[in-house]
Amino acid sequence: MIPTKLLRSSTLRLSIIHMAAFGLSVLVLLWFIYTSTAGFMERQTDETINAEIQGLAEQYSQLGLTGLIRVIKSRVAKDKAGSSVYLLTDWKFNPLAGNLPEWPKFKDTGSGWFDATLEDTENFEPRRVRMRYFLLPGNFHLVVGRDVSQRLKMDRLIMDALIWGLGLTLVLGGVGGLLTSRWMLKRIDVINKASREIMAGDLTRRIPSRGAGDEFDRLAGNLNAMLDQITKLMDGVKQVSNNIAHDLRGPLNRIRAGLEISLAKSRTPEEYQAVLEATVTEIDNLLMTFNALLTIAQAESGARRQDFTDIDLASLAADAAELYDPLAEEKGLALHLSLAPGVTVAGNRHLLSQALANLLDNAVKYTPSGGSVSLMVSSAPGGPELTVADTGPGVPAEHRELVLERFARLESSRNTPGSGLGLSLVAAVAGLHRATLTLSDNAPGLRVTVAFPRAGK
Amino acid sequence: MRLLIVEDDLEAAAYMVKGLKESGYVADHVADGREALYRVAAESYDAVIVDRMLPSVDGLTIVRTMRTAGNHAPVLILSALGDVDDRVKGLRAGGDDYLVKPYAFAELLARLEALLRRGRADPPDTTLKVADLEMDLVARTVKRAGKPIELKPKEFALLEYLMRHAGHVVTRTMLLENVWDYSFDPQTNVIDVHISRLRQKIDKGHDKPLLATIRGAGYSLRDSN
Repeated sequence: MIPTKLLRSSTLRLSIIHMAAFGLSVLVLLWFIYTSTAGFMERQTDETINAEIQGLAEQYSQLGLTGLIRVIKSRVAKDKAGSSVYLLTDWKFNPLAGNLPEWPKFKDTGSGWFDATLEDTENFEPRRVRMRYFLLPGNFHLVVGRDVSQRLKMDRLIMDALIWGLGLTLVLGGVGGLLTSRWMLKRIDVINKASREIMAGDLTRRIPSRGAGDEFDRLAGNLNAMLDQITKLMDGVKQVSNNIAHDLRGPLNRIRAGLEISLAKSRTPEEYQAVLEATVTEIDNLLMTFNALLTIAQAESGARRQDFTDIDLASLAADAAELYDPLAEEKGLALHLSLAPGVTVAGNRHLLSQALANLLDNAVKYTPSGGSVSLMVSSAPGGPELTVADTGPGVPAEHRELVLERFARLESSRNTPGSGLGLSLVAAVAGLHRATLTLSDNAPGLRVTVAFPRAGK
Repeated sequence: MRLLIVEDDLEAAAYMVKGLKESGYVADHVADGREALYRVAAESYDAVIVDRMLPSVDGLTIVRTMRTAGNHAPVLILSALGDVDDRVKGLRAGGDDYLVKPYAFAELLARLEALLRRGRADPPDTTLKVADLEMDLVARTVKRAGKPIELKPKEFALLEYLMRHAGHVVTRTMLLENVWDYSFDPQTNVIDVHISRLRQKIDKGHDKPLLATIRGAGYSLRDSN
């Protein structure tokens, strides 16, 4: 029993269609072979009969009736196999010469050609004969024929061979189609089975490949690459949620401890107020962390690209520098500006400002007194660039990837206030603007470059 | 001053009503958008605080309906959707100010007071005066006790905003939004440094400090008599 799955497979349907088309062309081919072999033999018989009648008619006109009778008799005598049939009669159909005992019964179709079956007294088999009737001058009737039993046998043999050929083609095609479909189904089933297991939760499962490098292996390879990417992203999400949980537990513990201690015994209103104020500050920091996370998520979703406007980087940078200038001065840092005018990017002013503010915030925070912070806007060959460089401790090359992750903070900066989200937000905003974020060595210090794509790209 | 609070989070609304009452306001609360539409039509409120997400009729529709009906009471929109575009949408619908949840109560109070003052529509000034501090908006000069004070453009804008809201609390977020046009809070309190510089320029050498820091809320420029 053929399983329904196989019957419903598109490969089987395809091979049935293919088989039908192939069968039809085989049929046409066989028809052609048949007409050019059997048809050729039939035409040849007719031509021989015609030639003989013409020959006999000539003999009659030259030698007269007796001459014709003699010729027929000698031909009959020569034809030992009896493959030729002759009969000459007078106007009353009385036989004069030939090897037929009596005038054959036939229906005159006008052409003179007819087929007849002759009872053979010597053999038990009747003879199939092709004959032509001819009226000689003087009302003598002549029929000349050829035994076509052999030819008809041959015809049947050819026809049989052709029918067998067609049948074999169809059977082989059908079996082939069925086998191909089963093979395809089997390979697809392997993929389906693996997919179902993955869907059921086994994310480490991969689709097996046969190593043949065919399209199924390539499909498996692509699906596996997709799964790897999904796993990587999910690991990232897991890592982020772990980090969030870990980083939020600290402040929450502090809040709880503070409140618990203040509840342990009765205190003065001033003491309560101090605890409440500290609690509000802690909670404000937590809220800021959440806001930063939301902003990062928003930037990463990329949904904001449609409301991009043209932004002049120099004026954006000048505004941010103006905001941070007093803070830098207070810390004893020099803030250098190098802003090329007329450099514009398509972007979201709010997010770009926030990213730039974060970069300046970091630079001012980590650079020791006496150092400097530089803010540069330039039009590089690749596109507009925004650079913030400082003379602080910098970030070691091996940590430059790490600091872009959410909540990532280097051991050396554990004691500096901050959420560890500043650079993540910059990275997300750069991604939103299809810009590349590069951290490099400012020798000494850190140099952060946001390279925007050239306009119109 | 009579206020209407439209907020479906009952606990948040209870805190708000309590806080506003302690600050001397009369506050009514409704939790449903349709109910809010009846109230604003039937009664006269000095200001309306509306949450964006509400059952039956949403906050923006309430504001739009009020404006179409010719009700120009100041409206403060509250929203959990912390997004600049939402802010723009809220203001376009006819809201006067937009505050993103979660917010500090002091922030809400400061903004509400600013809205209520705006509702009174002062005639356009060419000079602002707080105690002996004078600002000429046309000549863009500032004098304290008759002595001129040199200010950078941003310092001038900062002082102008503080003087226009003299006697009231102005939060850091309000300053960032109105003076710098930034709708985010920087990680470091950069505003504090700007304020202390401004304070150096206007209060140094004078007996009476004018620019006060309000703990947990922001700043206030006031004649401290």
